[in-house]
Parts: sequence; structure tokens; C-alpha cells
Amino acid sequence: MKITFDWLKDHLKTNLKEKNLLEQLTNIGLEVESVESLSAENKLFKVAEIIKTEKHPNADRLKVCDVNVGEKEIKKVVCGAENAKEGLLTIYAPPGAIIPKTKMKLVVAKIRGVTSYGMLCSEFELNLSDESDGITELSKKYKKNIGNSYFSKSKSNLIDLSITPNRPDCLGIRGVARDLAASGFGKLVDFKEKKIHSKNKQSLKVKINRENDQGCTAFGSCLIKNVKNSESPNWLKEKLVSVGQKPISAIVDVTNYVMLDMNRPLHAYDADKIEKGIIVRNSKFGEEFTALDNKLYKLESGMCVISDNKGILGLGGIIGGTRSGTEFNTKNILLESAYFEPRSIRNTAKKLNLDTDAKFRFERGIDPLSIEDGLNKAAKLIKEICGGEISKIDIQKTQTFKIKKIIFDPNIFEKITGFKIPLKKMIKILEDLGFGVKKEKKNFKLSIPSWRPDISQEVDIVEELVRISGYDKINYINPIKQRKKSTLNKYQKLFHFLQRSVASKGYLEAITWSFTDKRFNDHFRNKKKEIKIINPISSELGVLRNSIFSNLTMYINKNLDRGFKDLSIFEIGPIFNGPNPGEQNTVICGLSAGKKSRLSWIEKDRNIDVFDVKRDVVQTLVEVGYDSKKFSIDSKTPNYYHPGKSGRLFLSNEKVQTAAYFGEIHPNILKQIDMKTESLVGFEIFMDNLKLPEKTLKDLKAKFSFSDYQKSERDFAFIVNKDVKAQDLIDSISSIDGSLVKNVKVFDVYEGDNIPENQKSIAISVTIQSSEKTLNEDDLEKINNLIIKTVENKTGAKIRS
Amino acid sequence: MSDLKKIKDEFLSKINKKLNISEINQIKSNLFGKNGLISTQFKKIGSIKASERKKFASDLNIIKDELQDLISSKINEVENAEINKKLEKEKIDITLPERSFVRGKIHPVSQTIDEISSIFSEIGFSVEEGPDVENEYNNFTALNTPENHPARDMHDTFYLDEKKKKLLRTHTSPVQIRTMLKDKPPFKIIAPGRTYRSDSDQTHSPMFHQVEGLHIDKNINMGHLKGCLNYFIKEFFEVDKIKMRFRPSHFPFTEPSAEVDIGYEMKDGKIIIGEGNQWLEILGCGMVHPNVLKNVKVNPTKFQGYAFGIGIDRLAMLKYGINDLRAFFDCDYRWLNHFGFDPLDVPTNYRGLSR
Repeated sequence: MKITFDWLKDHLKTNLKEKNLLEQLTNIGLEVESVESLSAENKLFKVAEIIKTEKHPNADRLKVCDVNVGEKEIKKVVCGAENAKEGLLTIYAPPGAIIPKTKMKLVVAKIRGVTSYGMLCSEFELNLSDESDGITELSKKYKKNIGNSYFSKSKSNLIDLSITPNRPDCLGIRGVARDLAASGFGKLVDFKEKKIHSKNKQSLKVKINRENDQGCTAFGSCLIKNVKNSESPNWLKEKLVSVGQKPISAIVDVTNYVMLDMNRPLHAYDADKIEKGIIVRNSKFGEEFTALDNKLYKLESGMCVISDNKGILGLGGIIGGTRSGTEFNTKNILLESAYFEPRSIRNTAKKLNLDTDAKFRFERGIDPLSIEDGLNKAAKLIKEICGGEISKIDIQKTQTFKIKKIIFDPNIFEKITGFKIPLKKMIKILEDLGFGVKKEKKNFKLSIPSWRPDISQEVDIVEELVRISGYDKINYINPIKQRKKSTLNKYQKLFHFLQRSVASKGYLEAITWSFTDKRFNDHFRNKKKEIKIINPISSELGVLRNSIFSNLTMYINKNLDRGFKDLSIFEIGPIFNGPNPGEQNTVICGLSAGKKSRLSWIEKDRNIDVFDVKRDVVQTLVEVGYDSKKFSIDSKTPNYYHPGKSGRLFLSNEKVQTAAYFGEIHPNILKQIDMKTESLVGFEIFMDNLKLPEKTLKDLKAKFSFSDYQKSERDFAFIVNKDVKAQDLIDSISSIDGSLVKNVKVFDVYEGDNIPENQKSIAISVTIQSSEKTLNEDDLEKINNLIIKTVENKTGAKIRS
Repeated sequence: MSDLKKIKDEFLSKINKKLNISEINQIKSNLFGKNGLISTQFKKIGSIKASERKKFASDLNIIKDELQDLISSKINEVENAEINKKLEKEKIDITLPERSFVRGKIHPVSQTIDEISSIFSEIGFSVEEGPDVENEYNNFTALNTPENHPARDMHDTFYLDEKKKKLLRTHTSPVQIRTMLKDKPPFKIIAPGRTYRSDSDQTHSPMFHQVEGLHIDKNINMGHLKGCLNYFIKEFFEVDKIKMRFRPSHFPFTEPSAEVDIGYEMKDGKIIIGEGNQWLEILGCGMVHPNVLKNVKVNPTKFQGYAFGIGIDRLAMLKYGINDLRAFFDCDYRWLNHFGFDPLDVPTNYRGLSR
């Protein structure tokens, strides 16, 4: 909402300065978004005439213009506009001027070798309109103004307010003035629009069809005959220009002026183009009309349209049609001032994807009692400017507006805000805002102003009172440092721990979007359902990610392109399994590319491999508190992993829920996404599948036992078939006697010479220790034999002699 | 000259020459070996006259000790020299680089969430969460934003179905609804998390982070809200002074509503929080609307309280001088390395939020 202090002063008597105004507006909830100062700089923009144009010697598209700016000296200006031609009256900005749109300061500059002194401006550049094609064209009338400033002298600053959607009344200058007055910033100027006195009847019949969901509840109209439409007088044009509107013609300008001034949208029809009378009705499916934006709209059924016998004239409260639009030669006009239901406006505009000034206002709620005032004001102005005879006002209604009443208990104010204001002050504020206030015992009986659709209950009144009194009156009550419930629950603690645990292993934490590129997602989707966003910001961000790998591979690739070779990143966040709330899992996903010890003088480099990520996964889970001896690992992994170099980890033998996957990313994917790296390995830990560790640190620490008896280490080498897993050997040895077998460690795996084909040798070191005695040779020998026998029986291994 | 003196003189001169270890050992055995010169002298003691025996034995012992000491110190000396020579050979270039060590980093948003949680923990808030995909009811309707409410336009929403019933939550406020439906008042929670709006430019990212706050009890008023946020802002920015401005605004789910600005100034291109006379909007808040409480079956005549929503990314940017919001989610290795935090830097109450 754009306003100027000057315009405000039409409604507000005040001695205060603009600086105070800006503060006060923000303090009462009408946030000042920006202030465009126009005054000083704007004098520089002058009416000028092009006297001669020549083609630029070095550029086909450019012209060199001789411009008369009312000084002795003719200015040479380089201009690229097609419409720059001899005799054109336009607006000239000298060096030093700041272009309002771009905020660029002009300097004398050489453009392709020709010096240009200033610039000829388009309406767009001057914030006059969105017209950016070519430079401004002024009418012949301006000839006498050559050399004068285009903008009149004392323009006040353009203040842009951010009006919240609950305050349609402040979409009119008067509403803003009323709020300011209530807050003590001046006095609201009384305003009572004089009624039109006319003997002429409004002879065009208006009918609102009584239909279900009729979006129009009242339609006021007034016929003005024999007008002479023209350009608006200067005061009106300047007013519109001062808030960034483009003057069009007197009739249109007046309706715009009334809308901006009192938030009363109006529409002017060329009455001669209306066939017989006006019918306000719901549209039928497939009906079409061309709107004033020159677009053809195909309507669905049930949209509120203004029509005549021939068809649709406009979409009520949204946009008029070209068929009945006013033009400079329009003779007779019909002014419309109606009330449209916000819900109906919104539905229609949304379906047609239409946004207009009128729509913006009606969907927030127009004062239903402003119909007559609006017509009175506009008709009178049109008559003043364009002449003609005004008819009586006709108002058709399907509903009568009732003033809302609420009972307000003033004690609620302190209960909500924590401070007190005197009853007298409350009454004053409410009355200034337009409320009717009656005291009934301890309560107030309030009549809600018709322009305040946002107010419906006591708490809304509290807001009005505290807003106008000032939020700075609210006390600071310091918080009490007391905790009744633990801040994080166990899963949140787990999340926190996992995050830092993985980061401590060399991975940089990334946060990437929850949506991703379908092509990347497909690589890692496995069997999951694709979840589409129906209105993505771009097709590359069209689906929710089924795996974090989709984003991480993409970003690893980008970083490889930046010249990094060895990368480790991880993300902890959601992956999605379905389109419903809750169909998501929290995953910690890590991805590493490249080598270990690249270019190291001391260590031999090697590709990062599956056992690196296996370590990271296992170690992380151990740090969380799981017992790695209970882990069960197999090689069943999703299709995006290398089928031979990846693993699935369960926290226990029961294999209920996958705790993690890890492994090399499938080489085909690297090929398809054109990733150039020596190696790419990753892991996924599924947080939701981690049953919280049964034992807390308290439990674990409390149990401390060790044995001081001598321990002995025995080495075994077994020959096994190639498909036998090392884990099977470890498991069978571990299962022998937990009180004696303390540790089992694979220290060599060998295939090749001296080992039969399809077999391998696995060397294992076993630590044996009793907590009761020192084992003698006999005891050890017994266990040795038991180990060999058990392994041979269970895995088909042969001890290597 | 006695034999003893001769032996002594002879060997003193021998030992004082430059010798290697085997030469010394040879001397040692010549003197003290089974048939060594000194050993032989000892054997003689018995055959010496009784009158001279005592002196002879004493002289002999003195010479023996003297030579023995000399030899062992010589051995020491030579061994030391040899070790030193060996160590000298082992000398390396200590300026060569150390073995590499890599520790990862924590993303600034995660770090900021932990800082926020730590601050609110101190004053009794606990952390709640909700799903990223929400239904339209929790995200809007329950929050007093019925269909066709213009405030819905302020949220450019990503939808997952044509009927627009499922969406990516546009704010963390639906966690209020979930929390209140699940439990009974009082409520004192914060809810950090991902939020989404179909908006993308320099200052908007289609995904960003918010933290929701909710405190509902019997007599919680706007003064508590102001006090709580003032405390938070001061703690978060780790400054003693904070300039803060509450100004009226509108959110459908709070009434009265406020936006909060903090004062700042620019010094050498850096934002200094708490000074100057520029205002920066950092959060929205208000008293929870009675309609919202009714929607979650909390009696608004008995319970009332406040809610707030803060942009986490924005806070991180202000505190750590990060200029570009888009970079948060761009995964540039250099950026992550620079703005990331050591995982050992866990924000705590007693050690402080940051170093």
C-alpha cells in the first residue's frame, strides 16, 4: 500500500513531521516497508523535445538525439528507444539525476564512442508505469513546459506500507489516517460525502440473481449521461502519480482515486455498450470473455459475473471486460459500487490465476456500508471534470449488512498484556477507531465498525487497545530458570550424538534440500514410491528424496568439478517413503570419494574402500552404545550399492530391522552421472531402526571386571572354501566358551600359491584367558583342539598344517 | 719401582689412548682376567712377608680400584660416543609434514539449533518435532487459517496432491498443534526443523529452518513473551546489551501478534548486534489465538500463552557473518569447511555457547 504524507493530510490534521509519521506507522502495526524520497532529485527530470535524431555511427540500434531541454545549449543524448524521433516530447534526466527505478546515478558517459549528456527516460524507469518499451511520450500540451520539471515541485515522499491481510481498511488512505488519529498523531478530518440530489432515475435495470453461493450481496449503481471523457486535471494526475499509479482518463482516474482514498473499488462501464440491463449471476461452465488485460478467460461454473443479455461484462470485483470498457469517446457511463464476498472472489481469482488491485481488496473485505459514499464521491468528481447528468443511486441487495456487536470485559486486557490502562483511555481509543462503545455494568458493549471484518472476539479488542497504546508499554517479565522435563528425549539425544559422532570421523556435515532431481533420485530409489511435488520451483527439484544419496552424489560431483579430489560429506535428515505425514525416516547418510593419503610423503596412497565406511559405521554404532560383538552383517543391499562390495548391518542376530547399509556405490551410477573419482563409498544409518541401547552409561560404567591371570594368544590358519565368511569363523570360535575366549581377530586372508583353487586361508589370533586361574599347557591344548574341531565342523574349514 | 707401580703406569698410559670397545675389553682382561696382571698380584699376597703384606694388599687394592674405575668410565665414554654417533645418523627433517588427521565439521544450522536448544533448555523448554510432510489441516486450518484466508497467500506452499491436502509444512507451527493434541497443558516447548516455501531468490530458499516456541499455562501474558525473547536474544548473540523492538503485526494463529526487530549497525561491512539505530526483523510471535486453543481442545478461558517462530538460518547468518542464504544448502566443500564447527564444540550452558 503506497501513501504520501500529503495525501494523508487530506484526512488528518497534524503538525507532526514525516519522521514521526514513519515511526508511528510502524508502532501501530502499519509497517513502513520503504520510503522513496522523490522531492529533491525529481526536480531534475525535465520536459524536453527531440529536435533531431541521427543513427549512431558505431551501433545500429542506437540513435544520437539533439534534445532541447529549455536551455541555450542543445544536449546530445544517445538513446536506444525505437520511438525516439524528431518532434517527440519526452522526459530528460541530466547527469547527476538518480533514476527512480534503478537507483542509478547518471553520469556523462561515452556510449560506443559518442558522449551522451544524460538520458531520455521510459515510464518504467520513472516508476510511472510498467511501460518499458521506448521512452515516455508526452502530449503536445507539454510543449509550453519544455525546460520545466516534469514532476510538480513539492512532491512528498512515497511511503510503502506493508498492510497485513487482516486490515483491508488500511488499504485506503482514510483508514491509515484513522489509525494514526486514534494513536494521537493528529485529528481525523470529518468527512461526510454529500448525497447526490437528482431527479433522474437510474434507468438501467440491475438484478442480482438469487442463486446458491451468489458472490455479490449488494450492487449499487449510478448512471452519468453526456459526459466528455478527457485527461484528468493536474491535481488528480499528480495524486495518482504520487503513489505510483498511471493516469489513464478522467473516468478511470476518478474510480482509482476513490479506491485508493477510501478503499472503495468502483467500476465504470460504457453504458451504451450494455445490452438492456445488468444481471449479476453465476457463470456457466465454458463461458468466455475478454478482460481488460486483453486476455480471454474461460470460466468454470459458479463464478460471480456481471453480465447483460449478450453475455459477460466482467468478473465481479476482479476485472472488467473489454466489451464495456470506457474510452475517451464514451458518452454515458454506469458506475458500479458493489459488495462481493471475499470467499467467492478468492475462489474465482485462484482458479483463473488472476491478481488485480480490486481482487486484492475485495478478498480481504470491503466496507459494505461504503457503497453509497463511493458512488457519491466518484459521481460528483466525474461531473466536475467531465460534465454530464448524474442519476439517482440504485442499490440492489440480497442481504442486509448487520453491524456486529460484542461484549468486552476490560479486565481481559490486563490478563493478556500484563499491564493496565484506564477505562477512559480504552473508550477513547475504541471510539477513535470507529467503535460504538456502551458501558454495561463492568463490560463494554461494542459495535464493530463496518470496515473491520477482522474483529470478532474479545481478544481482537485487546489487540486494538495494546496496538494503539504501544507495545513498548508491555513489561519484560524475566524467565524463571527452572526445568521440569528433560530438554531432549532419548531419540533426540541419539540424533545429536550420531551427528557429532559421524562428524568426528572426517565427514563435513551438509544440509541439502528435502526435494531433489528425479533423475538423481531414480538412481537411489530402489523399490520406493516416487513422491512428486505438484508445484515444484523447477523440474530439477520435482520429487521428495527417497534417499539422501541423491543429493550427496550430486554435490560430491559438483565439488569434484571444483577441483577437490578427496571428499567426505554426510547429512542427517529425512528421507521420504510416501506422501503422507509421518511416512519419513531419519537417516544419517555419508559419502566419501577419492583416496586416502593422496600425495603423502610418508604413507602410501590407496583408494578409499568399503572397509573405511564399515569402520565408520561400526565405530559410530559402538560409540552410541551398541555391542559390536552382537552385530550381524550380510551382503544383502539395495541395488545402488556394488553387489559384491557392500553390506547390511543388524544390531543383533534377530535381523529384524536394518541398522545400516554401507559399501561402494554401484559403478553404473558413477558412469551415468559422469562422476570422475577413483572410488565412491557410502553408508546409511537408519535412526528409526535403532532400538535404543538397553544399557545406559550408568549401567555400563557400574560393571567393571578384569582378570589378572596370564593370557595367551594362539594363532590358527584355516583353509576354507572361498564363499565361507570370516564372520562365520569368528562366530564359531566366539561361541565356544565366553569365559575363556576373550578376543578373536582375523589377521590375514590369503589366496594364491599353495592354496587350492576356490579356497582361501584365513589366519585368526585368539586370546584365551581365565578369570579364575592361570591356564596350564594342558588347559590350553584342550581349548586349541576344541577351537580347531569346532571351526572345522561348523564351516568345513581345515586347519593349515 | 715396585711391580705394582709399573703396572699402574703402564696401563694408565694405555687406557688414556684412543681405544675402541674391544681394545678396552682386552686391557680389562689383561689386568683382571684369570691370569691377568692384577689377578696374579692378588694371588701373590699369601707369599709376601707378614710385615709387608698389609701394605702390599692395601696398595694393590687401591690400584685395582683406580684401574677398574678408569676402565668402566672409559667403556661408558666409548659407548656413549657410539650411541651418539648412531642417533646422529638417525636424524630426520622434522619440518616434514605430520601424518594427516581429519575431523569433520558440524553445519552452522545444526550448531545454531544446538545453541538455541541449550538456551531454551535453561528456562525449561523441551524439544518437540513434527513431520516435514503435513496435512493442510495442521499447517493451516487448525492454526486459524481456514481455506480462502488471504494469509495463505503469504505462504507459497509446495503441495503433494492435486486436492492440496498434503503439503510440505510452510512453518514449524503445526508442531504446536501436534503437541497440544497429544498432551495436556501446561506446554513449554520449542520445535526446530525444516520448513518449505516455493520461493527462491537471493534471500529466499525453498527450504529453510525455523524454531517454534510455545508456552501455555494459566497466566502467561505478553510480558512473559517479551521477557523470554529478550533473554533468548541476549544469550544467543552473547552480548550484554540488546536493543529490541516489538511492533504490532498479524498472524492468524496469534492475537495480539508482534514482529520483533533487533537494533544493529554496520561497522566495516559487518553487522554489530545490539548497537546502532537500524532495525532488523528477526521473528514473529504473539499470544496463541483462542481459536487455535479450541481446535486442540484446550480451554482458552483457563489457559493462555504465547508462541513464536524464529528463522534459524537468519540467526546463524547474523551471528556468524554469513552473507548468502543459498550457500547454506549448496554444499560447497570450502564453505562447509569454513563455516562448519568442530564436533567437539558442543554448545553448553556452563562452558558457553561458542568459543
